[in-house]
Formats: sequence, structure tokens, C-alpha cells
Amino acid sequence: MATTKNTLKFDWIIILLFLALISIGWVNIYSASYTQAGGTFFDFSNMYTKQLLWIFLSFILIVFILALEAKFYERFSSIIYLVSLLTLLGLYSFGNTINGATSWYLIGPASIQPSEFAKAATALALAKYVSDIQTNMNAFKDQLKAFLILALPAIFIIPQPDPGSALIYVAFIFPLYREGLHFVYLLLGFFAAALFVGTLVVGAPWIGFLVALITIGIFLKNKKQKLKPSVFKYATIAIACVSFAFSVSYIFNNVFEQRHRDRFNIVLGKEIDTKGIGYNTNQSEIAIGSGGWFGKGWTQGTQTKGNFVPEQHTDYIFSTVGEEWGFIGSLGVVILFIFLIIRVLVLAEQQKSQFARIYGYSVGAILFFHFFINVGMVTGLFPTVGIPLPFFSYGGSGLWGFTILLFIFVRLDASNYYYT
Amino acid sequence: MRKFLLLFIVLVTALVFTGRLFYLQIYDTSFAKLSENNAVKTVYDFPQRGYIFDRNGTLLVQNQPSYDVMVIPREVKDLDTVAFCELLHISKEKFLKKLAIAKRYSPRLASPIIPQLTKEEYASLSEKIHKYRGFFIQKRSLRDYEVSHSANVLGYIREVDQNIIDRNPAYELGEIIGMTGIEKQYEQILRGTKGVKYIQKDRFNRDIGTYKGGIFDTLPKRGKDITLTIDATLQAYGEKLFTNKRGGIVAIEPSSGEILSLVTAPNYDPGLLVGRERSENFTKLYYDTIAIPLFDRGLKAEYPPGSPFKTLTALIAMQENVVRLDEKIECRGGYYYGKRGRKLGCHEHKSPINLQGGIAKSCNTYFCNVYKRVIEKYNTPQKGIDNWKNHLTSFGLGNYLGYDLPVGSKGKIPSSKTYDAKYPNNNWYATATISNAIGQGEVLLTPIQMANFTAAIANRGWWVRPHMIKNIQDHDTIAKKFKHINKTSIDSKYFEPIIEGMHDVYRDGTASFLKIPDIEICGKTGTAENFKKIDGSVKQLTDHSVFVAFAPKDNPKIAIAVFVENGYWGARWAGRIASLMIEKYIKGEITRTDMEAFVLNGSLEDEYNKPYAGKPFKINQ
Repeated sequence: MATTKNTLKFDWIIILLFLALISIGWVNIYSASYTQAGGTFFDFSNMYTKQLLWIFLSFILIVFILALEAKFYERFSSIIYLVSLLTLLGLYSFGNTINGATSWYLIGPASIQPSEFAKAATALALAKYVSDIQTNMNAFKDQLKAFLILALPAIFIIPQPDPGSALIYVAFIFPLYREGLHFVYLLLGFFAAALFVGTLVVGAPWIGFLVALITIGIFLKNKKQKLKPSVFKYATIAIACVSFAFSVSYIFNNVFEQRHRDRFNIVLGKEIDTKGIGYNTNQSEIAIGSGGWFGKGWTQGTQTKGNFVPEQHTDYIFSTVGEEWGFIGSLGVVILFIFLIIRVLVLAEQQKSQFARIYGYSVGAILFFHFFINVGMVTGLFPTVGIPLPFFSYGGSGLWGFTILLFIFVRLDASNYYYT
Repeated sequence: MRKFLLLFIVLVTALVFTGRLFYLQIYDTSFAKLSENNAVKTVYDFPQRGYIFDRNGTLLVQNQPSYDVMVIPREVKDLDTVAFCELLHISKEKFLKKLAIAKRYSPRLASPIIPQLTKEEYASLSEKIHKYRGFFIQKRSLRDYEVSHSANVLGYIREVDQNIIDRNPAYELGEIIGMTGIEKQYEQILRGTKGVKYIQKDRFNRDIGTYKGGIFDTLPKRGKDITLTIDATLQAYGEKLFTNKRGGIVAIEPSSGEILSLVTAPNYDPGLLVGRERSENFTKLYYDTIAIPLFDRGLKAEYPPGSPFKTLTALIAMQENVVRLDEKIECRGGYYYGKRGRKLGCHEHKSPINLQGGIAKSCNTYFCNVYKRVIEKYNTPQKGIDNWKNHLTSFGLGNYLGYDLPVGSKGKIPSSKTYDAKYPNNNWYATATISNAIGQGEVLLTPIQMANFTAAIANRGWWVRPHMIKNIQDHDTIAKKFKHINKTSIDSKYFEPIIEGMHDVYRDGTASFLKIPDIEICGKTGTAENFKKIDGSVKQLTDHSVFVAFAPKDNPKIAIAVFVENGYWGARWAGRIASLMIEKYIKGEITRTDMEAFVLNGSLEDEYNKPYAGKPFKINQ
């Protein structure tokens, strides 16, 4: 059914939350990047001036996205996905290296990071595939195909190396679960994560010993109750667990680079070294912790001014919020994010088209994962994983990627009531 | 379930983050402190310490600039080590070691490489230092002593260490604090107020500008000058007289309680504790356990006062109305008491003798008799002793005097409790305490307490708390307690006969050979028995020579107490020194040059070495 512009109903709550987040984000980027000796406001070597330009350009982008037909996104999702994969692959020949990661195309004065756009493309492709009438999420073959869709971009991104951006693709497990994926997959994920962390903390041999002990315990208990447990079944599970632990250990020690290992070790409390590799997290905690109830005031943060927190305008931007706006300010930002994510998820549930629902759910899950990992990292709860805070962190690609991601959903939602 | 799982996780995350933020920002305040420490550097601008003057406006202590050669290891480039070491007068090995230490402390921050250059070194170095990148000269302020005496009065200062800072958080590393003497007592006045500059740092600890535009910055305020009651000329003379002798002098202006002179011997040059040799010199002084130069004998040493105490015995006897002025008491070579006829000996003099004569001739028998009457006036010796003690307390004895120097001793005036403890059956009588009459026995006084009761006698019955402070810059007045008149428990009419007796001491008594032309001096000799613990056993050594005096007789200007350790009889050393001090103060010059020569050339070092020489020795020769 055709839709006309006059009858579209955009969700202004999402749009207002979006505007609030990018404005607050910019204000904090200004504080984190301005220096007393810095140039004038319209000097484009200033990060805050550049970011302001990205924000204005993103408004133009929004107009384009909203102007297109909702059907366009569904119809062209596969092509968008393929183009996105090609841009990721193209990096291996034409990419430029910034901060050790070959994740960028240099076009004139600007640099573009295709992995930021690949998330929206993957969400579209996944929504399209799962909403296909022939796809059955309980069939193993279809499950495999769905996993392949989201695994491909991640596999292309990891060797850049950018494990942080790749990690985000785990978020797609939520929309898949929503669409009927068996609960066991979620459980398996959590169990694997627990084994993973356990292996890193105490080492594979101990995990193997513990698994053996528990398995034998349960086996003997069941035998006593004359349940006739199968030795083969227990042995298989135990062996699977132990070999998982040992392969984690192998990957960690032989595939991971030292900086990744260091980052995990810090957060797992294996290395207490505030001057060395744990410096980022420690400085970030100090900056946030020194904010108190109301913060030190805009541009008054001593930690921010002293550039104590590395990458503060990008991945660690939340520490500026914590220092200069205090508990009240950071709580406000947390609430804005939570509202936005919940609003997206609630709207996704209301979608009549399965495609729009899956896409919306993916948007919510991706935003949530970014928020969850980034704020967790900045407040010292999780390992240091270099991913940006949506709408907040400095960077054109990131901002545009999230804008596209979110506003395609706004566009789909606007057509909600006109679908059959 | 499928619809709500993610929503549920989102909400739980919101709660967890809120809790984490609350913990970081509100609950755990250590982060705020860390932030202050690492992002804002506080730089102190140390104020100049106040100057110290004597009562006549002579400058005793001022400040001198001191120059440290500092290094910022990271900025050292193209260093010609050999030439530089030659310039600094330092060996290459030592220089490289110091550079390594500085580097270990911080490659980016300045640390001293050569502290406290002399002025000459500074002059030659200041022209060339710019050639050596990473090095610079930093100016500091040190004490500059204009005099080589009064170290015990002035005290010394030092840089605060972590211990002091822990006890007194107002101090920062690099700051200076008075450790003894006037420097300690008037620390708050001399110290001034330090200026503070807050500087915003970046994560490499580099300065990147003022903090909040400098609105919290303050300028340093110079410490206030103080004027002491000390007479520098008299003080220097007193220390000179004590060459090769040990002991102390306390001279007080009776009408005001101002301390004119406070000498302890041996003393040291205060300049020794400034500059590069400071710690070496201090260690030497600190570990001299025989001469103990850091011990202020004038304030801290407790001696049995000896015969000067008889003046107080006489005053109390008159106040208690147990003796008439014209009553003569016979002396047969000593005072006999107790069942077995024990004797407290006396020396050769005319007999019988009245009060005035008793003082002039220092008759032990006379004072033992009147002391016994004082104690026995009451129905128990306990009451008698306590009443006696109350009189002495009114002279400021038996307790700290409350003067404005940070060290002191209480001395000791025994009470009934002292003897009840000594004789548990309570069967003690006046005669058991008879030595008190002549200033031996349980009585112990510090030289400043002796000077104080002499001042009270000079004033005919009152005294002002002795003090060092005469004037503080920008202050109108000194502490009230240094102006308050303390009345003794003795009526003023009883003082005249005592003063006459003390005058007779000079006219025809035990100090008649110490007369100073044109000055009416009243004095009292004393010889105090001296027991000292050496290598674990108590030995009797040569008596201490004691003397108290004031002059002129009417309108007294100076009251003085002199103690010469192992000086034998009172007039021999202490009396001479006291007379010379009085002449010096009142006349400004010495006419008794014979006496001066005797004192200046006389040495007691042999006497002091006797017990340590390991040979048998005789005392009181």
C-alpha cells in the first residue's frame, strides 16, 4: 500500500531524545576538547567545531532517510548488506590505519569507518531474512543462515583489528530470540561466557578439575537414586566443557594480542597497576568519582582539562559527564539512554510488519549493547573495549551510523499504521 | 517472556549503573581526593621568616638567600659533564649518582643536585648555568645569624619532615619550622603566611595554566619581627665569661620580669645549624652526652640551691613570727640535732649572730634553728611543711614558671607527702627535713627560679613572670600574663632586713672581695653539694658554685642567678661572674679587670675530666 508524506506519523519522543543526546554529547565534547590556548570557535581544527559540522550534516541525512519510502529499506536490504560487506572487505586493500586499526577510508580531509554503517545494514538484512515467510527459526539450517548473516561482518571486522566493534554483533541474539530462537542458545551463551571468564581467572586446568568433580558428583548422586545415568552422556558434556576451557586458554594466549590480554587481566583484577595498562580505567574512575553530587561545572573539570583520561572525547566521553555534571548529570544521561532504548523496543513490539519489528528490536539491542559496554567500561565495571557511546562520542562515522540506524526505524515506524 | 527479556535486562542495567555511579561519586570520596592531587598542583610561595632583635634593637637573626642547583633530568641535553662537574666542584661519579637519583624521583620534575651554594659559588655559577640545559638555580631563604651567641635562646629551625607534617597538616614539604627556643615558641608569628598558587596540570604533570584563572591564589605574607628582652651585649659577655666552664646565668629586670640574659654553657654558634654542614654539626652536638651543649642549663638544670635559699628561710620565719630581728642565736660550729647528737656543720664566724648577720655570714646553725621553729609552729610537722611550701610556691618555686620558652623543669619543693612516703610510719619531725633550711636536702631549683626569687626579694615582695618577648611587630602589647604582678605571701616590711643582710654579704660578708665600685650590690653566696651518677654509681664531686644577687640596692635594675658546675664555693666562680655581669649591665664597662681576667683565664675542664680520667681524685680543692 502506498503512503504519502502527509499521513506519516513520526515518533517525536524518539526524535526529541535523539536531539537531547546529541546536544548534551556535543556540549561535553566541547569541554573535553577545548583548551584555553585553543583557536576560535570556527576553526575547523577544533574537534568540537568538526563535531558540530557532523551533527548538521546528519540532519541532512535524516531528511533523506525520512524522505525515502519505507518499502525501499525492505526491498533493498540485501543489496545494502552486500555493499556494506564489500566496503568492509575493501579495507584490506584500500584502508588506512589509524591508532593501529585498519578501519578507515580516507576521502579528502574526512575519514570514514565502514564498520559503523555495517550495523544498520546487517540489521536490515537479518530482519529481511528472518521475516521471510520461508524462514523457520527452529530449523537448524535457517538458524545457521541467520548466524552467517550477522557473523560475516563481524568476521571481517575482527582482524582489522577491532574486536570491540565485532563484539556488538552478539547483540543480534536478542532479536533472534525474540523471533523464536530456542532459549537454550541464550543459556549456552551465558554458560560459555561464565566458562570463558572462569578460565581467564583461574586457568583451564582448574576449570577442568572443577568440571570433572561436579560431573562425577551429579553422576554418583543420580546413580544412588537408581536413575541409571548414561556414562557416555556425562562424559561428552564434561569433555566438551573442558575442551572449551582449554581452547579459550589457547586463543587467549596465542591468538589474542598482548594489549587484549592486558585489558582483560586488568578488569579481572589480575593486575593491579594504576600507572601502566590500567591507567585508562583508573583515571576514568577518578574523573567520575571526583564529580560528587552536582559535578564541577561545565568546562571546570580538572581531570578533563588535564587530559588525564585518554580518548576522553571519544570512547571515554561519559567520564566528562561524570566529572562536570556529577551524579545528577550522569544519572540524567543514563535515564535518557534507557528511555530511548525502551521507547525503541516498545515501538518495535507495536510494529505490524515483522520486518519492521525485527529491525526495531535490532536497533534497540545494538543501542543497548553500546551503552552497556561503554558505560560499563568507563565506570570500571567491564573490560576496556573500544566502542563509542552512541550520539555522544566524537566522530562523524559513529554519529552517522547511529543516526542512520535509528532513523530508518523512525521511518519504518511512521508507516506502521499503513501496512497491511 | 520473549517480549520482556531484553526490557528486563535494560532496566537491571539502569539500576546497576545508577548504583555504580552512586558508589563512585557519592559513597567513595577517595576519588575526589585523588583528583585534587593529580590534576591541580598547589605551589607554595614561602614567606620570609620574621627577624629577631634584642632589647636595644640590635639585629640578632635575619634571613639569607640560599641557592640550590636544580635539575630536570628530561631536559638535560648535550651535557659537557667534565666541565660542569669542575664548575660545581664535585666528582664525576658523585654527580652521575645524584643525577640518577633525580631521574628516579621524576624525569619531569625538578630536584636538587647541589643544595645550598655559598655566595661565591653562586656568583661564579650564575653566569654560566644557562649553558647547561636542564639545570637551573633556585633561590631559598635560610636563617642568617648576626651573632655567634644565644643559640639556646634563639633555637634552630629545620625543614619539616613527614613526621611533623603528619602531626601538623598546616605544613607542607619544603617548609620551615622552629624546633627549639624562640623560633619554636613564636613560630606562628615568625612564620608568616605562605602564598598559594593553584596550577592546572595535565597528565604528564606539566603546567598548563592557572586553575580557574587564579581566583584562589594568594600572595605570601612575611613573618612578623619580634624584639626580645635579651641584652645582646650582656648575653655575649655572659657566654664569654663561661669559657671553659659549665653552668648557667639567668638575669632578670625585677620591675618587669624581662629576661636580660639567659646563658647556658657550653653553648654553640647558632650559625653551625645553617647550611650544608648542618646535619653533621647537629649530630656532633646531639651526641655530646658529657657536656650536653643542647641542654639549656638556665631553664632545665635542677640543682640544690644551697645558701641563697637561706634568704627565703629567713623571710618565712619572720612572716610566721617565730624570730625577732634582734634575737641572736649561738653557733658552736654547727647545728646539733637528733637523739645521737647528729651535727650539721658550720664554718668559722663570730657568734652569737642575729638574722642580718646570719645572712651575711651564711650561718647554718641560725637557719636550722629558725626553720625548725617554722615547722614546729604547727601541731604536726605535716602541717608545718605544707605551710612552708605554700610560702615558697608564692615565689614561683616548685613548678614551671610559665615563661615563653618551650623547655623547663619544675624543680622540687618537698611537701608532707614527700616525707610521708619517705617515712611510712609517719614518725618524722622537723629535724628530719632540716637540710631544707639551708637549701640542701629535698629542695631543687632551676637557675631561672633562683633568679626569679631574687627578683622578688629585690622588688620587696612581688614578681612578674620572667619572659623573653618585648615587642611583636604590629602588636600593641604582649601577653597579659607577662605584665601581671604576682604577690608573694611575705609582707614587704620583712624584706628590708634580708636585703640589708645581702648587702652585708658584699660589704663584709662572704663576697666582700667582689665589691664593684659605685654599685650597691646585694648578693648571697652558695655552695651546693654535687652528687652525680657516673657509670652506674653515685659519686660526690666538687661542689657547685652558686650565687644570686641584685643591684642597685634601691631601685634594682638587675637580678641575677649564676651556677657554675663543680665551681666549689659560691664566691669563687659564680660570685665573680655575677658581679662582672652586674657591672657590665649597669655601667656598660668593666672596672674590675683583675676579676675579669681571673674568670676569663680560669678553666674548670680539668675538674670536669676528673671523674672520667679513671684515676682516683680529690674534690673541693
